[in-house]
Amino acid sequence: MKQRHGAWTVLGAILIMVWAISPVIWIFSLSFKAGDDINNNRFWPTQFSLENYDTVFSTALFTSSLRNSIGIALISTLLSVAIATVAAYAIARLDFPGKRTVLSIALAIAMFPAVSLVGPLFNTWRTVGLYDTWLGLIIPYMSFTLPLSLWTLSAFFKEIPWEMEEAAQMDGATPWQAFRKVIVPLAAPGVFTAAILAFFFAWNDFVFAISLTSTNAARPVPAALAFFTGESQFQQPAGAISAAAVVVTIPVIILVLLFQKRIVAGLTNGAVKG
Amino acid sequence: MNVEAAPAPVGAKYSDRAVGERRLGWKLVAPAVLVMLAVTAYPMLNALYLSLFSYRLTDPAGREFVGLRNYAVILGDSLWWQDVATTLTITIITVVVELVLGFGFAMVMHRIIFGRRGVRVSILIPYGIITVVSAFAWRYAFALDSGFVNQWFNLADKAWFGERWSALFVICLSEIWKTTPFISLLLLAGLAQVPEVLQEAAKVDGATWWQRLFKVTLPNMKAAILVAVLFRTLDAYRLFDNVFIMTSGAQQTETVSFLAYRQMISRTALGLGSAVSVLLFLSVLLIAALFIKGFKVDLSQVRGG
Repeated sequence: MKQRHGAWTVLGAILIMVWAISPVIWIFSLSFKAGDDINNNRFWPTQFSLENYDTVFSTALFTSSLRNSIGIALISTLLSVAIATVAAYAIARLDFPGKRTVLSIALAIAMFPAVSLVGPLFNTWRTVGLYDTWLGLIIPYMSFTLPLSLWTLSAFFKEIPWEMEEAAQMDGATPWQAFRKVIVPLAAPGVFTAAILAFFFAWNDFVFAISLTSTNAARPVPAALAFFTGESQFQQPAGAISAAAVVVTIPVIILVLLFQKRIVAGLTNGAVKG
Repeated sequence: MNVEAAPAPVGAKYSDRAVGERRLGWKLVAPAVLVMLAVTAYPMLNALYLSLFSYRLTDPAGREFVGLRNYAVILGDSLWWQDVATTLTITIITVVVELVLGFGFAMVMHRIIFGRRGVRVSILIPYGIITVVSAFAWRYAFALDSGFVNQWFNLADKAWFGERWSALFVICLSEIWKTTPFISLLLLAGLAQVPEVLQEAAKVDGATWWQRLFKVTLPNMKAAILVAVLFRTLDAYRLFDNVFIMTSGAQQTETVSFLAYRQMISRTALGLGSAVSVLLFLSVLLIAALFIKGFKVDLSQVRGG
């Protein structure tokens, strides 16, 4: 009985991996097909080529959108994690009425349909000059990065043994030393995890990206992919789009490889140990 | 969630220290609350206001107060109901499939010892990947010119995006691939909370694997399952990216989110589009209320979103 379940688990693990990875391998494979090979109706390329990568990196639409995506996603992540850290600290350490309400508001806002915000923002941004700017995307991105960070961080901070700060002070550390040497190392992994999750969401956004930008000035990668047409009218954009897709998937793969444990803990908030 | 405040010590309620703590607490959460409300509540109220006007960006002078007429137009249009039906169909199919699949994944991840890291890494890649990238990967796999699916399954020249149900099938596949990891991780957290003692006791009593699953495991993780389903349902209901990339709403695959986008951005009919947005928001509220009241989802069980 035990033996059989062991075999099932191994088989299941293999199936999960195949299921999760094969679409990624497919898009990699597609990006290495050049010319007519794109339409060979096979999974693998008949000839390996880097032509599509040459194309995307010499296309301003892609290079500028890559810059926009990195800048906008990083800034909105840093801003929301900074604001959320302060708030989550208060929720974890201080006793005040309304704590639960703050978290409920965050949850409600995280579930908000982004499209509902697009029309008014489109209208307002055009009048105040935020349409098609970095700031014009950073602000609406906070509508999901901030509640997400607040949730992740308050769950992490709840687990921190805050008494250790006082213990350090009793042992002769100054309040600043106690904070820096004891609390910061304990809190940093949570802050970092919240930042990764917020970054994933900002990196992924398409609704705001496509509605609130119109040129290379602020258009992020997901929106640029939708507008990609290839070098000429006669060229299949599938190869170039796949190459661009691979380029923006690599940071995701690196983050996942390095921080898989933390991401899982962040998503389930420490409920899963190990 | 577990945000219950620690019980305040008796008598400390009125001390200066407690008052100071309250003030500090409010001050520290104020920026987060203000920013969250500013970026959502303000545009939402603005949408509510705009929805009462007949207003096209291309014709600002023709802006006219029409009361609830936009809502009457939308609710009286069969397109709205078709889009609601499409959105609900996608939501139900994806959530049910993801729940079953995600539970299977969670069972495997719960038991696995060797290769745990590999499974975790591979499952997080769909979670982290850009939805638009996933949409393109699946679209190209099924497309007539670049795809391999028809060749693999001997389907000759089946045009997957030329017909409603096959197009919806591919849209659902992409959505399921991308979001099952999330649901499976929430379920994994739920599985970890099922007491091992109960499993052992049931085993000793001679319960079969299936009996243990339905009598011990599932009832004990009911809260986790409901929370996972609630989150995914609300998320699936706002589906937009996959439809945009794969069909642009053609072949009756348009979702409610896509309708709102098309009215506001493509047609610049801000009044009508805002009314669609408000209705979309109200449907999301309704779904959440149904779950919380109807299934008694205990949100204090939620451990992150």
